[in-house]
Amino acid sequence: MPSIQVRLSVNGRRHELELDTRVSLLDCLREHLALTGTKKGCDQGACGACTVLVDGERVNSCLVLAVQCQDAEITTIEGLGEPGQALREAFVRHDGLQCGYCTPGQICSAVAMLGEYDAGVPSAVGAASLTDAEIRERLAGNLCRCGAYNGILAAVREVAR
Amino acid sequence: MNPFSYVTATDPAEARALAAEGAKYLAGGTNLVDLMREGIETPERLVDIGRLPLAGIEDLPGGGLRIGALARNTRVAADPRVRDRYPLLSEAIVNGASPQLRNRATVGGNLLQRTRCGYFYDRHSACGKREPGAGCDALDGFNRMHAVLGAGESCIAVHPSDMCVALAALDAVVNIAGRDPVPLADFHLLPGDTPHVETVLRPGELVTSIDLPPVPPGHSVYLKVRDRASYAFALVSVAVFTHLEDGRASRVRIALGGVAPKPWRAYEAERLLTGTSLDDHLIDQAAERALADARPREHNAFKPELARRLIRRALKGACS
Repeated sequence: MPSIQVRLSVNGRRHELELDTRVSLLDCLREHLALTGTKKGCDQGACGACTVLVDGERVNSCLVLAVQCQDAEITTIEGLGEPGQALREAFVRHDGLQCGYCTPGQICSAVAMLGEYDAGVPSAVGAASLTDAEIRERLAGNLCRCGAYNGILAAVREVAR
Repeated sequence: MNPFSYVTATDPAEARALAAEGAKYLAGGTNLVDLMREGIETPERLVDIGRLPLAGIEDLPGGGLRIGALARNTRVAADPRVRDRYPLLSEAIVNGASPQLRNRATVGGNLLQRTRCGYFYDRHSACGKREPGAGCDALDGFNRMHAVLGAGESCIAVHPSDMCVALAALDAVVNIAGRDPVPLADFHLLPGDTPHVETVLRPGELVTSIDLPPVPPGHSVYLKVRDRASYAFALVSVAVFTHLEDGRASRVRIALGGVAPKPWRAYEAERLLTGTSLDDHLIDQAAERALADARPREHNAFKPELARRLIRRALKGACS
Protein backbone atom coordinates (compact mmCIF):
# COMPACT_ATOMS: atom_id res chain seq x y z
CA MET A 1 0.00 0.00 0.00
CA PRO A 2 1.52 3.37 -0.97
CA SER A 3 2.16 5.38 2.16
CA ILE A 4 3.46 8.87 2.66
CA GLN A 5 4.98 11.09 5.33
CA VAL A 6 2.52 13.76 6.49
CA ARG A 7 3.46 16.70 8.69
CA LEU A 8 0.63 18.71 10.10
CA SER A 9 -0.28 20.66 13.17
CA VAL A 10 -3.48 19.95 15.06
CA ASN A 11 -4.70 22.35 17.73
CA GLY A 12 -1.21 23.80 17.98
CA ARG A 13 0.58 20.46 18.31
CA ARG A 14 2.85 19.24 15.51
CA HIS A 15 2.59 15.68 14.23
CA GLU A 16 4.57 13.61 11.75
CA LEU A 17 2.76 10.55 10.56
CA GLU A 18 3.35 7.77 8.07
CA LEU A 19 -0.07 7.33 6.41
CA ASP A 20 -1.65 5.30 3.66
CA THR A 21 -2.29 7.82 0.85
CA ARG A 22 -6.02 7.05 1.09
CA VAL A 23 -6.45 8.27 4.67
CA SER A 24 -8.86 11.20 4.92
CA LEU A 25 -8.19 14.08 7.26
CA LEU A 26 -11.21 12.85 9.26
CA ASP A 27 -9.78 9.35 9.72
CA CYS A 28 -6.35 10.81 10.43
CA LEU A 29 -7.82 12.83 13.31
CA ARG A 30 -10.00 10.07 14.73
CA GLU A 31 -8.01 6.90 14.08
CA HIS A 32 -4.41 8.09 14.12
CA LEU A 33 -4.48 11.01 16.55
CA ALA A 34 -7.34 9.79 18.79
CA LEU A 35 -9.16 13.10 18.44
CA THR A 36 -12.65 11.64 18.35
CA GLY A 37 -14.52 14.91 18.88
CA THR A 38 -14.79 15.26 15.11
CA LYS A 39 -17.59 12.95 13.96
CA LYS A 40 -18.09 10.81 10.88
CA GLY A 41 -21.67 11.17 9.66
CA CYS A 42 -22.14 10.50 5.95
CA ASP A 43 -18.46 10.31 4.87
CA GLN A 44 -19.49 11.94 1.57
CA GLY A 45 -19.64 15.67 2.23
CA ALA A 46 -23.38 15.84 2.69
CA CYS A 47 -23.87 16.30 6.45
CA GLY A 48 -21.13 18.52 7.90
CA ALA A 49 -20.59 16.44 11.07
CA CYS A 50 -16.87 16.22 10.24
CA THR A 51 -16.38 20.00 9.92
CA VAL A 52 -12.97 21.22 11.10
CA LEU A 53 -10.88 24.28 10.29
CA VAL A 54 -7.91 23.96 7.92
CA ASP A 55 -5.74 27.08 8.10
CA GLY A 56 -8.74 28.83 9.63
CA GLU A 57 -11.29 27.82 6.98
CA ARG A 58 -14.09 25.35 7.65
CA VAL A 59 -14.04 22.24 5.47
CA ASN A 60 -15.58 18.77 5.41
CA SER A 61 -12.66 16.68 6.70
CA CYS A 62 -14.12 13.53 5.09
CA LEU A 63 -13.48 14.96 1.62
CA VAL A 64 -9.92 16.09 2.30
CA LEU A 65 -7.08 13.63 2.09
CA ALA A 66 -4.63 13.90 4.97
CA VAL A 67 -1.77 14.29 2.47
CA GLN A 68 -3.42 17.45 1.16
CA CYS A 69 -2.87 18.97 4.61
CA GLN A 70 0.92 18.91 4.44
CA ASP A 71 2.15 21.70 6.77
CA ALA A 72 -1.40 22.87 7.45
CA GLU A 73 -2.79 24.04 10.78
CA ILE A 74 -5.89 22.07 11.73
CA THR A 75 -8.31 23.16 14.43
CA THR A 76 -10.86 20.68 15.77
CA ILE A 77 -13.60 20.97 18.37
CA GLU A 78 -11.01 20.00 21.00
CA GLY A 79 -8.88 23.05 20.16
CA LEU A 80 -11.38 25.81 19.42
CA GLY A 81 -10.70 27.79 22.59
CA GLU A 82 -12.74 30.80 23.62
CA PRO A 83 -15.28 31.19 20.79
CA GLY A 84 -15.92 27.46 20.91
CA GLN A 85 -16.52 27.61 24.65
CA ALA A 86 -19.06 30.43 24.31
CA LEU A 87 -20.93 28.47 21.65
CA ARG A 88 -20.81 25.23 23.68
CA GLU A 89 -22.44 26.95 26.62
CA ALA A 90 -25.03 28.64 24.39
CA PHE A 91 -25.88 25.29 22.76
CA VAL A 92 -26.56 23.83 26.21
CA ARG A 93 -28.61 26.84 27.30
CA HIS A 94 -30.77 26.79 24.16
CA ASP A 95 -31.13 23.03 23.71
CA GLY A 96 -29.17 23.18 20.46
CA LEU A 97 -28.93 19.40 20.39
CA GLN A 98 -30.61 16.15 21.25
CA CYS A 99 -28.25 13.29 20.45
CA GLY A 100 -25.28 15.65 20.10
CA TYR A 101 -23.61 13.82 17.22
CA CYS A 102 -23.66 16.79 14.84
CA THR A 103 -22.75 19.29 17.58
CA PRO A 104 -18.93 19.41 17.20
CA GLY A 105 -19.39 20.06 13.49
CA GLN A 106 -22.09 22.65 14.16
CA ILE A 107 -19.82 24.51 16.57
CA CYS A 108 -16.72 24.40 14.36
CA SER A 109 -18.87 25.57 11.47
CA ALA A 110 -20.47 28.38 13.49
CA VAL A 111 -17.10 29.69 14.70
CA ALA A 112 -15.83 29.87 11.11
CA MET A 113 -19.14 31.26 9.88
CA LEU A 114 -18.92 34.25 12.23
CA GLY A 115 -15.42 34.94 10.92
CA GLU A 116 -16.58 34.66 7.30
CA TYR A 117 -19.45 37.03 7.98
CA ASP A 118 -17.10 39.60 9.54
CA ALA A 119 -14.75 39.22 6.56
CA GLY A 120 -17.59 40.04 4.14
CA VAL A 121 -17.94 36.62 2.50
CA PRO A 122 -21.31 36.75 0.68
CA SER A 123 -24.20 34.30 1.05
CA ALA A 124 -27.26 33.50 -1.03
CA VAL A 125 -29.45 35.40 1.45
CA GLY A 126 -27.44 38.61 1.29
CA ALA A 127 -29.08 40.32 4.27
CA ALA A 128 -27.57 43.54 5.60
CA SER A 129 -27.10 42.01 9.05
CA LEU A 130 -26.81 38.56 10.58
CA THR A 131 -30.54 37.81 10.53
CA ASP A 132 -32.02 34.43 11.35
CA ALA A 133 -32.36 33.68 7.63
CA GLU A 134 -28.71 34.61 7.16
CA ILE A 135 -27.55 32.34 10.00
CA ARG A 136 -29.64 29.45 8.68
CA GLU A 137 -28.24 29.86 5.16
CA ARG A 138 -24.66 30.15 6.36
CA LEU A 139 -25.02 27.00 8.48
CA ALA A 140 -26.86 25.04 5.78
CA GLY A 141 -23.88 22.72 5.40
CA ASN A 142 -24.50 21.20 8.83
CA LEU A 143 -27.46 18.87 9.10
CA CYS A 144 -29.08 17.87 12.40
CA ARG A 145 -31.21 14.75 12.10
CA CYS A 146 -32.76 15.40 15.52
CA GLY A 147 -34.05 18.67 14.10
CA ALA A 148 -32.63 20.90 16.84
CA TYR A 149 -32.30 23.74 14.35
CA ASN A 150 -34.29 26.27 16.37
CA GLY A 151 -32.03 25.74 19.38
CA ILE A 152 -28.91 25.89 17.22
CA LEU A 153 -30.14 29.13 15.68
CA ALA A 154 -30.86 30.65 19.10
CA ALA A 155 -27.42 29.66 20.39
CA VAL A 156 -25.56 31.08 17.41
CA ARG A 157 -27.67 34.23 17.41
CA GLU A 158 -26.82 34.81 21.07
CA VAL A 159 -23.07 34.40 20.55
CA ALA A 160 -23.11 36.50 17.38
CA ARG A 161 -24.42 39.51 19.33
CA MET B 1 -10.90 3.17 -2.28
CA ASN B 2 -8.24 1.64 -4.53
CA PRO B 3 -4.59 2.18 -3.53
CA PHE B 4 -2.91 5.04 -5.38
CA SER B 5 0.42 6.80 -5.39
CA TYR B 6 0.51 10.52 -4.67
CA VAL B 7 2.77 13.20 -6.15
CA THR B 8 2.70 16.97 -5.98
CA ALA B 9 3.39 19.24 -8.92
CA THR B 10 5.03 22.64 -8.59
CA ASP B 11 4.31 24.03 -12.06
CA PRO B 12 1.82 23.24 -14.83
CA ALA B 13 4.42 21.66 -17.12
CA GLU B 14 5.53 19.30 -14.37
CA ALA B 15 1.91 18.47 -13.59
CA ARG B 16 1.27 17.49 -17.20
CA ALA B 17 4.43 15.38 -17.29
CA LEU B 18 3.36 13.55 -14.12
CA ALA B 19 -0.16 12.95 -15.38
CA ALA B 20 0.60 9.75 -17.24
CA GLU B 21 -2.08 7.23 -18.10
CA GLY B 22 -4.11 6.18 -15.07
CA ALA B 23 -3.45 9.45 -13.25
CA LYS B 24 -5.91 12.09 -12.10
CA TYR B 25 -5.34 15.68 -11.10
CA LEU B 26 -6.34 16.47 -7.53
CA ALA B 27 -7.31 20.04 -6.65
CA GLY B 28 -9.88 20.62 -3.88
CA GLY B 29 -10.92 16.98 -3.96
CA THR B 30 -14.53 17.59 -2.94
CA ASN B 31 -15.84 15.59 -5.88
CA LEU B 32 -12.91 13.31 -6.73
CA VAL B 33 -12.30 11.96 -3.21
CA ASP B 34 -15.99 11.11 -2.92
CA LEU B 35 -16.02 9.35 -6.30
CA MET B 36 -12.90 7.40 -5.35
CA ARG B 37 -14.45 6.31 -2.07
CA GLU B 38 -17.47 5.06 -4.04
CA GLY B 39 -15.17 3.14 -6.40
CA ILE B 40 -16.34 5.14 -9.42
CA GLU B 41 -13.02 6.86 -10.00
CA THR B 42 -10.05 4.51 -9.58
CA PRO B 43 -6.87 6.44 -10.42
CA GLU B 44 -3.54 4.71 -9.89
CA ARG B 45 -1.88 8.01 -9.21
CA LEU B 46 -3.03 11.38 -7.95
CA VAL B 47 -1.14 14.42 -9.15
CA ASP B 48 -1.84 17.08 -6.55
CA ILE B 49 -2.05 20.41 -8.39
CA GLY B 50 -3.29 22.25 -5.29
CA ARG B 51 -0.06 24.19 -4.93
CA LEU B 52 0.34 25.33 -8.53
CA PRO B 53 0.35 29.13 -8.90
CA LEU B 54 -3.10 29.16 -10.55
CA ALA B 55 -5.26 30.53 -7.75
CA GLY B 56 -5.14 34.23 -8.64
CA ILE B 57 -7.83 36.53 -9.99
CA GLU B 58 -6.44 39.18 -12.35
CA ASP B 59 -7.79 42.02 -14.44
CA LEU B 60 -7.50 41.56 -18.19
CA PRO B 61 -6.78 44.45 -20.53
CA GLY B 62 -10.09 45.88 -21.77
CA GLY B 63 -12.03 45.23 -18.59
CA GLY B 64 -12.28 41.44 -18.42
CA LEU B 65 -11.24 39.21 -15.57
CA ARG B 66 -9.11 36.05 -15.46
CA ILE B 67 -9.93 33.57 -12.71
CA GLY B 68 -7.26 30.98 -11.98
CA ALA B 69 -8.41 27.37 -12.14
CA LEU B 70 -7.38 26.85 -8.52
CA ALA B 71 -9.26 29.85 -7.12
CA ARG B 72 -11.57 28.54 -4.43
CA ASN B 73 -15.30 29.05 -4.99
CA THR B 74 -15.62 31.15 -1.81
CA ARG B 75 -12.78 33.40 -2.90
CA VAL B 76 -14.32 33.97 -6.34
CA ALA B 77 -17.78 34.72 -4.95
CA ALA B 78 -16.28 37.20 -2.46
CA ASP B 79 -13.90 38.96 -4.86
CA PRO B 80 -14.91 42.65 -5.09
CA ARG B 81 -14.31 42.73 -8.88
CA VAL B 82 -16.49 39.68 -9.40
CA ARG B 83 -19.24 41.13 -7.20
CA ASP B 84 -19.03 44.50 -8.92
CA ARG B 85 -18.70 43.45 -12.57
CA TYR B 86 -20.07 39.88 -12.62
CA PRO B 87 -22.59 39.65 -9.74
CA LEU B 88 -24.30 36.82 -11.64
CA LEU B 89 -21.25 34.61 -11.04
CA SER B 90 -21.04 35.43 -7.35
CA GLU B 91 -24.76 34.78 -6.96
CA ALA B 92 -24.63 31.42 -8.73
CA ILE B 93 -21.65 30.24 -6.67
CA VAL B 94 -23.23 31.03 -3.31
CA ASN B 95 -26.36 29.20 -4.43
CA GLY B 96 -24.40 25.99 -4.82
CA ALA B 97 -23.10 23.45 -2.29
CA SER B 98 -22.33 24.56 1.29
CA PRO B 99 -19.81 27.04 2.72
CA GLN B 100 -17.53 24.14 3.72
CA LEU B 101 -17.50 22.78 0.18
CA ARG B 102 -17.10 26.21 -1.40
CA ASN B 103 -14.07 26.86 0.80
CA ARG B 104 -12.40 23.82 -0.68
CA ALA B 105 -13.79 23.47 -4.23
CA THR B 106 -11.89 25.16 -7.03
CA VAL B 107 -13.18 26.81 -10.18
CA GLY B 108 -11.49 24.20 -12.39
CA GLY B 109 -12.90 21.38 -10.32
CA ASN B 110 -16.37 22.89 -10.40
CA LEU B 111 -16.12 22.94 -14.20
CA LEU B 112 -15.15 19.26 -14.23
CA GLN B 113 -17.47 17.97 -11.53
CA ARG B 114 -19.38 14.88 -12.49
CA THR B 115 -23.09 14.24 -12.46
CA ARG B 116 -24.99 13.38 -9.29
CA CYS B 117 -27.22 10.87 -11.14
CA GLY B 118 -28.03 8.10 -8.65
CA TYR B 119 -27.45 5.41 -11.28
CA PHE B 120 -23.97 6.80 -11.97
CA TYR B 121 -23.23 6.55 -8.24
CA ASP B 122 -24.70 3.06 -7.86
CA ARG B 123 -22.19 0.57 -9.21
CA HIS B 124 -24.87 -2.13 -9.46
CA SER B 125 -26.87 -0.11 -11.99
CA ALA B 126 -26.28 0.17 -15.73
CA CYS B 127 -24.54 3.44 -16.55
CA GLY B 128 -22.78 4.24 -19.80
CA LYS B 129 -21.02 7.15 -18.19
CA ARG B 130 -19.35 4.85 -15.69
CA GLU B 131 -18.97 1.91 -18.04
CA PRO B 132 -18.97 2.79 -21.76
CA GLY B 133 -21.71 0.99 -23.65
CA ALA B 134 -23.48 -0.32 -20.55
CA GLY B 135 -26.77 1.48 -21.24
CA CYS B 136 -28.75 3.66 -18.84
CA ASP B 137 -30.99 2.54 -16.00
CA ALA B 138 -32.23 6.09 -15.50
CA LEU B 139 -34.23 6.03 -18.77
CA ASP B 140 -37.01 3.98 -17.18
CA GLY B 141 -35.92 4.48 -13.61
CA PHE B 142 -36.39 7.15 -10.99
CA ASN B 143 -35.58 10.07 -13.27
CA ARG B 144 -37.08 13.03 -11.49
CA MET B 145 -33.75 14.88 -11.36
CA HIS B 146 -32.79 14.11 -14.95
CA ALA B 147 -32.39 15.97 -18.22
CA VAL B 148 -35.16 17.16 -20.52
CA LEU B 149 -32.89 18.87 -23.08
CA GLY B 150 -29.81 17.68 -24.97
CA ALA B 151 -29.94 14.12 -23.66
CA GLY B 152 -30.39 10.90 -25.60
CA GLU B 153 -30.99 7.21 -25.17
CA SER B 154 -27.44 6.65 -23.90
CA CYS B 155 -27.64 8.97 -20.88
CA ILE B 156 -30.03 11.48 -19.32
CA ALA B 157 -27.83 12.71 -16.47
CA VAL B 158 -27.57 16.44 -15.81
CA HIS B 159 -24.52 18.58 -15.16
CA PRO B 160 -24.85 19.65 -11.54
CA SER B 161 -22.95 22.96 -11.48
CA ASP B 162 -24.52 26.32 -10.62
CA MET B 163 -21.31 28.24 -11.34
CA CYS B 164 -21.15 26.96 -14.92
CA VAL B 165 -24.67 28.19 -15.69
CA ALA B 166 -23.59 31.72 -14.83
CA LEU B 167 -20.34 31.30 -16.77
CA ALA B 168 -22.33 30.21 -19.83
CA ALA B 169 -24.47 33.35 -19.61
CA LEU B 170 -21.34 35.49 -19.25
CA ASP B 171 -19.68 34.08 -22.41
CA ALA B 172 -16.75 32.80 -20.33
CA VAL B 173 -13.78 31.15 -22.04
CA VAL B 174 -11.80 28.20 -20.66
CA ASN B 175 -8.00 28.39 -20.93
CA ILE B 176 -6.23 25.05 -21.29
CA ALA B 177 -2.45 24.57 -21.10
CA GLY B 178 -0.95 24.01 -24.54
CA ARG B 179 -4.03 24.54 -26.70
CA ASP B 180 -6.44 27.20 -27.89
CA PRO B 181 -9.02 28.52 -25.42
CA VAL B 182 -12.50 26.97 -25.60
CA PRO B 183 -15.73 28.91 -25.02
CA LEU B 184 -17.43 27.63 -21.88
CA ALA B 185 -20.57 26.92 -23.89
CA ASP B 186 -18.56 24.47 -26.06
CA PHE B 187 -16.46 22.98 -23.25
CA HIS B 188 -18.95 20.36 -22.08
CA LEU B 189 -20.20 17.77 -24.56
CA LEU B 190 -23.62 16.23 -25.05
CA PRO B 191 -23.70 12.48 -24.40
CA GLY B 192 -24.39 11.25 -27.95
CA ASP B 193 -23.12 7.66 -28.02
CA THR B 194 -20.24 8.44 -25.64
CA PRO B 195 -21.69 9.69 -22.37
CA HIS B 196 -18.40 8.96 -20.60
CA VAL B 197 -16.73 11.72 -22.67
CA GLU B 198 -17.97 14.81 -20.87
CA THR B 199 -15.71 17.65 -22.01
CA VAL B 200 -13.34 18.58 -24.80
CA LEU B 201 -10.37 17.95 -22.48
CA ARG B 202 -8.10 15.16 -23.62
CA PRO B 203 -6.43 12.92 -21.02
CA GLY B 204 -3.71 14.82 -19.16
CA GLU B 205 -4.82 18.25 -20.31
CA LEU B 206 -4.98 20.92 -17.65
CA VAL B 207 -7.43 23.81 -17.28
CA THR B 208 -5.39 26.83 -16.17
CA SER B 209 -7.97 29.62 -15.90
CA ILE B 210 -11.31 30.99 -17.00
CA ASP B 211 -11.61 34.35 -18.73
CA LEU B 212 -14.64 36.57 -18.31
CA PRO B 213 -14.93 39.03 -21.18
CA PRO B 214 -15.99 42.58 -20.32
CA VAL B 215 -19.76 43.00 -20.13
CA PRO B 216 -21.74 46.20 -20.45
CA PRO B 217 -23.61 47.28 -17.33
CA GLY B 218 -26.89 45.45 -17.29
CA HIS B 219 -29.34 43.43 -15.32
CA SER B 220 -28.53 39.90 -14.25
CA VAL B 221 -30.22 37.37 -12.04
CA TYR B 222 -29.70 33.76 -11.00
CA LEU B 223 -32.80 31.86 -9.94
CA LYS B 224 -32.64 28.33 -8.58
CA VAL B 225 -35.42 25.97 -7.56
CA ARG B 226 -34.48 22.97 -5.43
CA ASP B 227 -36.06 20.48 -3.07
CA ARG B 228 -35.00 22.32 0.08
CA ALA B 229 -34.22 25.92 0.89
CA SER B 230 -30.45 25.53 0.63
CA TYR B 231 -27.65 23.03 0.05
CA ALA B 232 -29.30 21.00 -2.70
CA PHE B 233 -28.74 20.55 -6.41
CA ALA B 234 -31.01 22.43 -8.78
CA LEU B 235 -34.21 20.99 -10.11
CA VAL B 236 -34.05 23.91 -12.53
CA SER B 237 -31.96 27.06 -12.43
CA VAL B 238 -31.66 29.99 -14.80
CA ALA B 239 -29.04 32.67 -15.31
CA VAL B 240 -30.14 35.74 -17.23
CA PHE B 241 -28.21 38.78 -18.38
CA THR B 242 -29.75 41.67 -20.28
CA HIS B 243 -28.33 44.98 -21.44
CA LEU B 244 -30.73 47.64 -22.71
CA GLU B 245 -29.87 50.57 -24.99
CA ASP B 246 -32.59 53.16 -25.58
CA GLY B 247 -35.18 50.74 -24.28
CA ARG B 248 -34.07 47.87 -26.55
CA ALA B 249 -32.19 44.79 -25.44
CA SER B 250 -28.88 44.82 -27.30
CA ARG B 251 -27.65 41.79 -25.39
CA VAL B 252 -29.70 38.93 -23.97
CA ARG B 253 -28.21 35.81 -22.41
CA ILE B 254 -30.24 32.95 -21.00
CA ALA B 255 -28.62 29.82 -19.55
CA LEU B 256 -30.34 26.94 -17.79
CA GLY B 257 -29.12 24.48 -15.17
CA GLY B 258 -30.58 21.20 -13.97
CA VAL B 259 -32.23 20.43 -17.29
CA ALA B 260 -29.42 19.21 -19.57
CA PRO B 261 -26.14 17.27 -19.61
CA LYS B 262 -24.31 20.60 -19.83
CA PRO B 263 -24.88 24.22 -18.89
CA TRP B 264 -27.60 25.00 -21.43
CA ARG B 265 -27.70 28.20 -23.46
CA ALA B 266 -31.13 29.03 -24.86
CA TYR B 267 -29.76 30.60 -28.06
CA GLU B 268 -33.03 30.76 -29.97
CA ALA B 269 -34.84 32.42 -27.10
CA GLU B 270 -32.00 34.94 -26.86
CA ARG B 271 -32.26 35.73 -30.59
CA LEU B 272 -35.99 36.18 -30.34
CA LEU B 273 -35.55 38.82 -27.65
CA THR B 274 -32.48 40.64 -28.92
CA GLY B 275 -33.33 44.09 -30.28
CA THR B 276 -36.76 44.10 -28.69
CA SER B 277 -38.14 46.00 -25.71
CA LEU B 278 -38.59 42.70 -23.83
CA ASP B 279 -42.35 43.00 -23.56
CA ASP B 280 -44.28 40.33 -21.69
CA HIS B 281 -45.70 38.73 -24.79
CA LEU B 282 -42.24 38.23 -26.30
CA ILE B 283 -40.85 36.95 -23.02
CA ASP B 284 -43.60 34.32 -22.94
CA GLN B 285 -42.71 33.33 -26.50
CA ALA B 286 -39.02 33.13 -25.64
CA ALA B 287 -39.75 30.90 -22.65
CA GLU B 288 -41.77 28.62 -24.93
CA ARG B 289 -38.99 28.58 -27.50
CA ALA B 290 -36.33 27.72 -24.91
CA LEU B 291 -38.15 24.54 -23.95
CA ALA B 292 -39.62 23.69 -27.37
CA ASP B 293 -37.36 20.66 -27.76
CA ALA B 294 -37.83 19.37 -24.20
CA ARG B 295 -38.30 15.62 -23.94
CA PRO B 296 -39.34 14.84 -20.38
CA ARG B 297 -39.31 11.35 -18.90
CA GLU B 298 -41.78 9.67 -16.58
CA HIS B 299 -40.86 11.54 -13.39
CA ASN B 300 -39.60 14.91 -14.61
CA ALA B 301 -42.50 16.18 -16.71
CA PHE B 302 -42.66 19.17 -14.32
CA LYS B 303 -39.28 20.48 -15.45
CA PRO B 304 -40.16 22.20 -18.75
CA GLU B 305 -42.96 24.20 -17.14
CA LEU B 306 -40.78 25.02 -14.14
CA ALA B 307 -38.03 26.20 -16.51
CA ARG B 308 -40.46 28.35 -18.54
CA ARG B 309 -41.74 30.00 -15.37
CA LEU B 310 -38.23 30.68 -14.11
CA ILE B 311 -37.21 32.21 -17.45
CA ARG B 312 -40.26 34.46 -17.42
CA ARG B 313 -39.66 35.53 -13.83
CA ALA B 314 -35.97 36.24 -14.47
CA LEU B 315 -36.63 38.25 -17.63
CA LYS B 316 -39.55 40.20 -16.25
CA GLY B 317 -37.32 41.15 -13.36
CA ALA B 318 -34.78 42.30 -15.93
CA CYS B 319 -36.98 44.99 -17.43
CA SER B 320 -38.44 46.42 -14.24
